[in-house]
Amino acid sequence: MSDWVEACAAGDIDEEDVMRFDHGGRTFAIYRSPDDEYFATDGLCTHEKVHLADGLVMDDIIECPKHNGRFNYKTGDARGAPVCVNLKTYPVKVDAGKILIQIG
Amino acid sequence: MTAITSSAASPRDYSLTGRDARHAVENGLAAAEWYHTEVPRKQMKELMQRSDQPAIRDTIIWLTAFVVSAAGGIWFWGSWWCVPFFFVYGTLYGSSTDSRWHECGHGTAFRTQWMNDAVYQLACFMIMRNPVTWRWSHTRHHTDTIIVGRDPEIAVMRPPDLLRVVLNFFGILDAWHAMVDMVRNAAGIISAAEKTFIPEQEQPKAIRVARIWLTIYLATIALALYLHSWLPLMLVGLPRLYGAWHHVMTGLLQHGGLADNVIDHRLNSRTVYMNPVSRFIYWNMNYHVEHHMFPMVPYHALPKLHEMIKHDLPAPTPSILAGYREMIPAFLRQLRNEDYFLKRALPPTAKPYREELHNDNPVAAAAE
Repeated sequence: MSDWVEACAAGDIDEEDVMRFDHGGRTFAIYRSPDDEYFATDGLCTHEKVHLADGLVMDDIIECPKHNGRFNYKTGDARGAPVCVNLKTYPVKVDAGKILIQIG
Repeated sequence: MTAITSSAASPRDYSLTGRDARHAVENGLAAAEWYHTEVPRKQMKELMQRSDQPAIRDTIIWLTAFVVSAAGGIWFWGSWWCVPFFFVYGTLYGSSTDSRWHECGHGTAFRTQWMNDAVYQLACFMIMRNPVTWRWSHTRHHTDTIIVGRDPEIAVMRPPDLLRVVLNFFGILDAWHAMVDMVRNAAGIISAAEKTFIPEQEQPKAIRVARIWLTIYLATIALALYLHSWLPLMLVGLPRLYGAWHHVMTGLLQHGGLADNVIDHRLNSRTVYMNPVSRFIYWNMNYHVEHHMFPMVPYHALPKLHEMIKHDLPAPTPSILAGYREMIPAFLRQLRNEDYFLKRALPPTAKPYREELHNDNPVAAAAE
């Protein structure tokens, strides 16, 4: 149904950090958690469409760089004002050192 | 510094539901993309890192100063010796809470969120800013900083109402409006302006807080009547008036006399070097250009950010006094010509202002 898309190499993202990935006219954010797992969400904050890849990853939280709105990047849940709308998440897998995300 | 004037097209309409609010949206000034100095991701990550330690240290000092000054004020109540204690208590209550509200509202003061929330709620009560309403108004202030018709936190509108400015050094108008808003919210009413920036699902929270606060104030007044003493009100409520001076003094410097309707914080915000006491009270918000450009950087990292990007910013104002020496004449000029503003010169190392971004604004266009 959906294709897995290669986004970057696993080592391209530091631990507890985020990277922007653009594909097919859309923008995504790919995260590497402190325990070395990878996750992906839509790239723009649901509040004012700011790139989350410029934000700060703390544990399982991504904080938007513009207004400090917070999401759980593992679940997409909005976790603090001014964000009220959850973030869409995407499946991620690591294959031969590459990060692949399944874009629905 | 360059002084800029142009002929006024029409008086500014600061209403959030008025003509200039519509114009800002039509002209692309609302939720626009703002200028940012380039900072490598690795360095920005380091600057953004959260830590509980600096804010816990500062908060222990802050709360201790509250307790000691309140105790001294109560102990010496009835003699002139209480005055210095209430001066300190009032400044903490009516001024330092402005920066605590602000920084904890951003969620950057502490790493631990409940600590941000706790200090935020306490500071909001003291500074008389509904924690729900002001969280959302400040979000708008960061989205549309000093955009006429969009920013609900413009301290000095043009032409300046200088009487209002002077009265606010004693908290008089601010506190009055805050009380009116509190009673209105407690009655379950959210104004049309508030509805433009508070999401519907958040509005009941603003009403609930207003009701709790109203209860506290009524209880304090009742206690003062019961004791036949002003003392309860000297500790709760009145310090918002007699201690407001410092937050107004520093707050006016943030944007006063500078450009409006531009999307470059170097044009509408001011960084001022200050003494250590004022920086403690103000929690480093004197680095105001830096704060607006990068609101995720905690207060304790702003001096480092300043050093990192000052090559791209106007020279900081060297002192509070220097700030007033440039700002007051600008306010006086704006009484005669509200389009007058101070355009801050950039150093040769800075990227120039992108005038093409501001050409839809007759004031900025006139600067060319």
